Amino acid sequence: MLPLVGLFCGFVFGCGLLVSGMVSPAKVLAFLDVLGAWDPSLAVVMAAALAVTATGFALARRRGRPLLAERCDWPTRSTIDAPLALGAVTFGAGWGLVGLCPGPAVENLATLSPPVLVFVAAMLAGMALHDVWQRRRTAPARAASAAPVEADG
Amino acid sequence: MENFTPLSAAIGGALIGLSAVLLMLTAGRIAGISGIVDGLIGSAHDKGWRAAFVAGLILAPLAAKLVGFTLPPPRMPGSWLVVILAGLLVGFGSRLGGGCTSGHGVCGVARLSPRSLVATLVFMGTAMVVVAIVRHGLGG
Repeated sequence: MLPLVGLFCGFVFGCGLLVSGMVSPAKVLAFLDVLGAWDPSLAVVMAAALAVTATGFALARRRGRPLLAERCDWPTRSTIDAPLALGAVTFGAGWGLVGLCPGPAVENLATLSPPVLVFVAAMLAGMALHDVWQRRRTAPARAASAAPVEADG
Repeated sequence: MENFTPLSAAIGGALIGLSAVLLMLTAGRIAGISGIVDGLIGSAHDKGWRAAFVAGLILAPLAAKLVGFTLPPPRMPGSWLVVILAGLLVGFGSRLGGGCTSGHGVCGVARLSPRSLVATLVFMGTAMVVVAIVRHGLGG
């Protein structure tokens, strides 16, 4: 049942990116290009997504237990630290260079466009590189626990 | 602003929000794409729903083709070096920062998480500066 729900949610997410046009890096770059012919569409996408998500998350918190899992996995970290800021700068630099973030990048795999395939491969390599580096860095401190590094999303 | 498409942006944004809400109400998980994908290449025990989510994401444009909408291959930079560098930065940065546009930008900001608010402002600001430099040669 859980994979079916995952499939459906991924599909709806993909439809959202398609309908809003955010699947297109050109459309995203037009938002990021504040000095050019600025297109504020991405801000409207964010506002609409936030309105629905904030309302729905409030409902999820009141309900408590999700339908198909033991509990809701709400992120718990609240400290604003150097990795958060450095990670956001790194991510933002890559996003600005091409106009692709992970969701649209994966969705564009459907076009079988060679530059997209290369971008996604490099993105996976970047993630793997981070995970290996993080494990090495924290291995002595957390030799006893194999818990993965906690993420926000 | 002749390219501004507020209506389709609002509808699409609502669908993205709906996906995030449904995933939380059913699986109890945050719809952060970088986190979902990262779990697939690591040692996560719950690869099933993650792989299914990714499949659904790729299936959307294929289904759209059936109703007459074809997703064109995106316009990408000509330089392979730029494509590879950008991919590495997006992958590494999203994990170091704990999330991307969906995990921080939508789910985190919707929870009013201070971490996500900061991350979203920082990555949007950085991306805007990079685009300004690339397109308008700011500072050069």
